[in-house]
Amino acid sequence: MSDFNSSAANSLLTIRGLKKSFGSVKVLNGVDLDVQKGEVITIIGPSGSGKTTLLRCVNFLESYDGGSIKIEGKEVGFQDIASRKKRSEADLARIRSETGMVFQMFNLFPHLTAIENVTLGLVKVRGKQKNEAREIAAYWLERVGLGNKTNNLPSELSGGQQQRVGIARAVAMEPKILLLDEITSALDPELVGEVLDVVLKLAQDGMTMLVVTHEIQFARDVSSKAIFMDNGIVSAAGIPSLLFSKDEKNERLKTFLGRFETRR
Amino acid sequence: MGYHLNFTLIWRNFDKLAYGLVTSLELAIFSIALGIAIGLSLAVIYVGGGRVSRSLIGMYVEFVRNVPLLLLVYLVFYGLPTAIDVAYDATTSFVATLSVYSGAYLVEVFRSGLDAVPRGLIDAGKAIGLNPFQRLVHVRIPAMLRITLPALSNTFISLFKDTSVASVIAVPELTYGAQWINFNTFRIVEIYLVVTAMYLFAGYSILLGLRRVERWYGVER
Amino acid sequence: MIYALPFLLKGFVTSLEVSAIVVATSLIIGAFMGLGVAFGPTPIRLICRLFSDFVRGIPILVLLFIVFYGLPIIGLNFSPFLAAIFALSVFKTAQVIENVRGSIGSISRGQMDAAKAIGLNFPARLLYVIAPQAMRRFLPPWINGVTDAVKGSALVSLLGVNDLMNSIQQVIGRTYDPLPLYILGAAIYFLINYGLSSLSRSLELRFAYIRE
Repeated sequence: MSDFNSSAANSLLTIRGLKKSFGSVKVLNGVDLDVQKGEVITIIGPSGSGKTTLLRCVNFLESYDGGSIKIEGKEVGFQDIASRKKRSEADLARIRSETGMVFQMFNLFPHLTAIENVTLGLVKVRGKQKNEAREIAAYWLERVGLGNKTNNLPSELSGGQQQRVGIARAVAMEPKILLLDEITSALDPELVGEVLDVVLKLAQDGMTMLVVTHEIQFARDVSSKAIFMDNGIVSAAGIPSLLFSKDEKNERLKTFLGRFETRR
Repeated sequence: MGYHLNFTLIWRNFDKLAYGLVTSLELAIFSIALGIAIGLSLAVIYVGGGRVSRSLIGMYVEFVRNVPLLLLVYLVFYGLPTAIDVAYDATTSFVATLSVYSGAYLVEVFRSGLDAVPRGLIDAGKAIGLNPFQRLVHVRIPAMLRITLPALSNTFISLFKDTSVASVIAVPELTYGAQWINFNTFRIVEIYLVVTAMYLFAGYSILLGLRRVERWYGVER
Repeated sequence: MIYALPFLLKGFVTSLEVSAIVVATSLIIGAFMGLGVAFGPTPIRLICRLFSDFVRGIPILVLLFIVFYGLPIIGLNFSPFLAAIFALSVFKTAQVIENVRGSIGSISRGQMDAAKAIGLNFPARLLYVIAPQAMRRFLPPWINGVTDAVKGSALVSLLGVNDLMNSIQQVIGRTYDPLPLYILGAAIYFLINYGLSSLSRSLELRFAYIRE
């Protein structure tokens, strides 16, 4: 685990010893992770390994029982780490506005059009004027390839289009870090490509991202580093090309990857 | 407050309440049985029938559902005998009214239940060579009954509560018994405490019992 | 019967008054309690659930009698009109609580997640994300439930309130010809309630496009 702790002090995101249980089930058992600005880190692993929970702890959609998550030095969930006193709603809202999340089930607001989905945060959280927000939103919808769908409701869009709106909604807030939670798992196979292309472009433009995914090829293409989670800890980590190669020593990882190869 | 609770007069007249509760249940059971008969037959006719039968059934359903039960009870008990030359007692009148009342709701329940039967089942019935009537009796109605069991349970419990309206035409059910004791003893708080408890207890027991039946049939809620 | 019409009209107006007051009070109180059930701390949730289950577990008529005969005991000497409104409001509030609970509960959890993720605080989440969706799910069944208030208002005649039902009874007492008047009464109630349920149905269709 010693190959990625180099500049912990300057990391954008620092996770130390993260622990989380749901009742008696221990989902996260001491996770350590550093994310630098501009890095794209992929998280892979079997179901139940805690990948999604880890992601949801970063923007405190789930509280965590032990350990620490710091974004630019500020603890995410608690005012004071020692006393574990929870942050106020207002504080949490502010911290969450600095992170962006794209969900597996899209979670677009069904009563708002595509452009309204994107402007909601800009107006109500960033406090922008309506016209300025619309310009920004229109720009991002154009960037994800939906410039002609700005006034459509989610129910009028395909899964891939909805997910791209979800990406625009998150990115328009100019988050410090983007959290992507299996964003292609709920999509029909032919729609996956258009979404992954958008994410690839964002990575090339320098967006810091934490990506939970099943798409191994995508992990190879987009991430600078990949980690393999198993039973609530980071079981293996490294550069994707090395991690996914035949030389990888981690048995669990090889078994996990093996399941993807045979299906081709 | 100056009101002292005294339950002795209630217990002395408890037979009226017990008998009343039984009567309420009987009214509910007869009414749902007839209501199911009405509702099911009309639903079958509706699903299979033409525009005329559908609009007639629709009118029946809309009329009954939008008029207060109290008015229907009066209409049947006081109004109808002046038009048709039949005489009947209060209990018969009420059961007839409540059956027609529940039938209207049940037509909707059974109709949507029949629509909800998976096409695959009907196709399977066709595939083994059943004719339309056989498919109705052996495939669609049994499947529909499982689907509609929760709604039927809810309707029955509603009916049980609606039997209290029978008290206005002096049918000796639970609410009538309560009012009788109320007027004869003036023990208002006690009588309504007891009667409320009886309705809640009976209603909850029925609910639990019906849930058991649903689970026995394998219905998921 | 024509001579009876002005008298029936007065009763009709009273019925409308009763229904309107009941619907308004139950909506306000029920909305608050419903929000309490959806978002409140456990004791509040329990109290509201108990209230709702209790009220909906007894016949409306029994509730009317409890309020009518019981309130004077604790010193509240309401007129029949007020007692009837009080009792019906209690009954309808329980229904509204169920409507609110159901409409909020049917919104997927992901919506709250997405609203949190873009940094909205709790009041903003309720106002901009939850409430618009809840309203569309709430209105059709609630409007349908308003017909229950109108139908329930007929029961207040038994407490002596001079509503439409009672007026009909009184006219029959003089003319000894029940059928035409009952049919007239049925027609009036039918028109009001059918109008309301048609409104509810058309709203449901209009909001159908919102469904995910």
